[in-house]
Amino acid sequence: MCLAVPALVVSIDGNEGEVEMAGVRRRVGLQLVPEARVGDYVLVHTGFAINVLDPSEAAESLKLFRELDELNAQDGTSS
Amino acid sequence: MSERILLAHGSGGELSHELIARMFAPAFANPALARMDDSAVLPAPPPGSRLAFTTDGHVVRPLFFPGGDIGRLAVCGTVNDLAVMGASPLYLSAAVVLEEGFPTADLARIVASMAAAAHEAGVEIVTGDTKVVERGSADGCFITTAGVGVIPAGVDLSGANARPGDVVLVSGPVGDHGLAILSQREGLRFEVPLESDVAPLNGLVHTLLEAAPAVHALRDPTRGGLATTLNEIARQSQVEIVVEEASIPVRPAAQALAEMLGLDPLYVANEGKLIAIVAPEAAQAALAAMHAHPLGHEAAIIGQVRDGKPGRVALRTTLGAHRVLDMLAGEQLPRIC
Amino acid sequence: MKYVDEFRDPARAEALLRRIRAHATRPVRLMEFCGTHTHAIFRHGLRQLLPPQVTMLSGPGCPVCVTSAADLDRAIALSRIPGVTIATFGDMMRVPGSQGSLQEAKAAGADVRVVYSSLDALDLARKQPDRTVVLLGVGFETTAPTVAAAIVQAAAEGLGNLRLLSLHKLTPPATHAILRSGEVALDGILAPGHVSAIIGAQAWQFVARDYALPCTVTGFEPLDILAGIADLVEQHEAGRAELHNAYPRGVRPQGNPAALELMGRVFAPAPASWRGLGTLPGSGLALREEYRAFDAAPLLAAHGVGTAEAREPAGCRCGDVLRGALAPNRCPLFRRVCTPERPVGPCMVSSEGSCAAYYRYGGDA
Repeated sequence: MCLAVPALVVSIDGNEGEVEMAGVRRRVGLQLVPEARVGDYVLVHTGFAINVLDPSEAAESLKLFRELDELNAQDGTSS
Repeated sequence: MSERILLAHGSGGELSHELIARMFAPAFANPALARMDDSAVLPAPPPGSRLAFTTDGHVVRPLFFPGGDIGRLAVCGTVNDLAVMGASPLYLSAAVVLEEGFPTADLARIVASMAAAAHEAGVEIVTGDTKVVERGSADGCFITTAGVGVIPAGVDLSGANARPGDVVLVSGPVGDHGLAILSQREGLRFEVPLESDVAPLNGLVHTLLEAAPAVHALRDPTRGGLATTLNEIARQSQVEIVVEEASIPVRPAAQALAEMLGLDPLYVANEGKLIAIVAPEAAQAALAAMHAHPLGHEAAIIGQVRDGKPGRVALRTTLGAHRVLDMLAGEQLPRIC
Repeated sequence: MKYVDEFRDPARAEALLRRIRAHATRPVRLMEFCGTHTHAIFRHGLRQLLPPQVTMLSGPGCPVCVTSAADLDRAIALSRIPGVTIATFGDMMRVPGSQGSLQEAKAAGADVRVVYSSLDALDLARKQPDRTVVLLGVGFETTAPTVAAAIVQAAAEGLGNLRLLSLHKLTPPATHAILRSGEVALDGILAPGHVSAIIGAQAWQFVARDYALPCTVTGFEPLDILAGIADLVEQHEAGRAELHNAYPRGVRPQGNPAALELMGRVFAPAPASWRGLGTLPGSGLALREEYRAFDAAPLLAAHGVGTAEAREPAGCRCGDVLRGALAPNRCPLFRRVCTPERPVGPCMVSSEGSCAAYYRYGGDA
């Protein structure tokens, strides 16, 4: 019930904007993300941006996953 | 000629003849067609060879799409069905059904496209037919093509010939045609840097067979996509096929559009790609041969044939797990979930 | 694809799996509420990679699957009214009601169009002023605000020929219903990431607080799902029951205020009928007074279509599957009678229905 994909906001025109994902572009509704700015990444669901993605949280998550093996070792649980 | 096609253009009278004489005949230009007999009379194939014969109905919408149109699709589709049997495609027929009111200029574009594709493939469109139906009875234009080609002695390609140990190759990225078409459908409003890959493959097949005669099967993954076609081969040959997700080429834009719509590129139609099942010792030669050809420069080895559960196709995901890649069930529709 | 490829990295996935294997010291049963999670888990082959101690159960988070046969019949009845164009998301096309599906209605002459966005329905309405365009509003809290925004726009334009049949539903009430019933033993809940993007991670606090179960808000890429499962497994092992957010890049504690405001402006909670769960109070969304002119329901009344109780197809166990009480491959109809080509119930049709996922991707490969 939740098919939403990340796309880059490339232009904003009032309530609508153009987003881009790997070269694919579409106009989407921005009513749900009034705070979105060009250059932000948003989650796109049924032709609307439903949320702005937080790049620092994304980086943090990826860093955490990368460090998991060290964490596993500390817990004495690495296999 | 009138701006729009009239019912009379299909009735066999003066207007029909005018249409053939001024539009089809000059575009397709060949001796057999020029005779204007009820049938094209063609030379017999060389002794020891066999004939390959195929037909297809083409109903694509929209008629004109990025990378091609129904005319190119019709010619290439039939040429490719012959090519994957190892046949040299020679002669095509084209039966066109038009809706009353169809713009003549559009027909001219389609006919020109067919002529260009035929020329590119080295085939002749030697016979045809035109019918016109009442407004509302057809979606503008339907084309049915049939084609005949010659298979030389010693060539035996079939979906039933795959053997355990064989290597599976694809000639390039999958999903372009179907996704390019879908992006143009009314209401979807996606701008994608994707074009249909529609192209005649007989040149590529010829190059491939010269370099690697130990090709067991060739097939073009049209309706139902790569996954469905692999299933067909697996069933015909009663073998198991396993492919690597990470090895299957898909253009980033195709992948992105598919992700947005919730579709799977492995089930999307291609019109200018082929799947090759080759003996393991011929795999590298086959790959190199395809790479050297403009239509195969992104070819890749994507999997192999195994002695497992007959008729099953499995995909090893990028995470290293296996899942079954079933036949397409029903139509792929854009989803929200 | 940015924010996608990085979260499919096989090396990090392997690290997460190692963590899961290390902490799954005893059996742990987790419910992924959301159908999109079910689909993603199967698509990437995650089930096969998880240790045998971890059991994943699918819940009722498939808005198409939980649409009752009666509601589906109403949609099909609308499609048969002269002058009506139905605009629907693709997921609904092949779901069988009591008398066939929308796809079959279309084949029989109804004007049914698949749309990607509710805004496309507005487009249809503008282009065909002489027809009534009825949008089938299916979807949970991820979709409802987008439909609300479309309705607000339609109102601003004075688009008089657009109607909405709201079949929208809310996820916390369904979660309550499942947990309250105690029918299925569970050790944790994978909360839906995109619903939570709207309603906020904190909306799931009740799972930990009222049912003493760990609950982790989870995204949809392989790394997100594995991280969510890892978190639940660790909590379970440590005897903890807390709410965590494993999808912080997409979900904030309080959700999306603009989306919640729009949803609340256009819709009010109302009772809704869920396949498998019955009628749950406050679990659906109905148009508020101010937007009632867009309601499609009066069209049904005007054309004499009754609200007869539709029967679920004979032998269909979708309800049990949706509550996690029956695994799809244990349903007597699975594969023998019920297949994606000839589905008996919605769970086999919908691309994220459990049964479809099991059929397509399951089986020992």
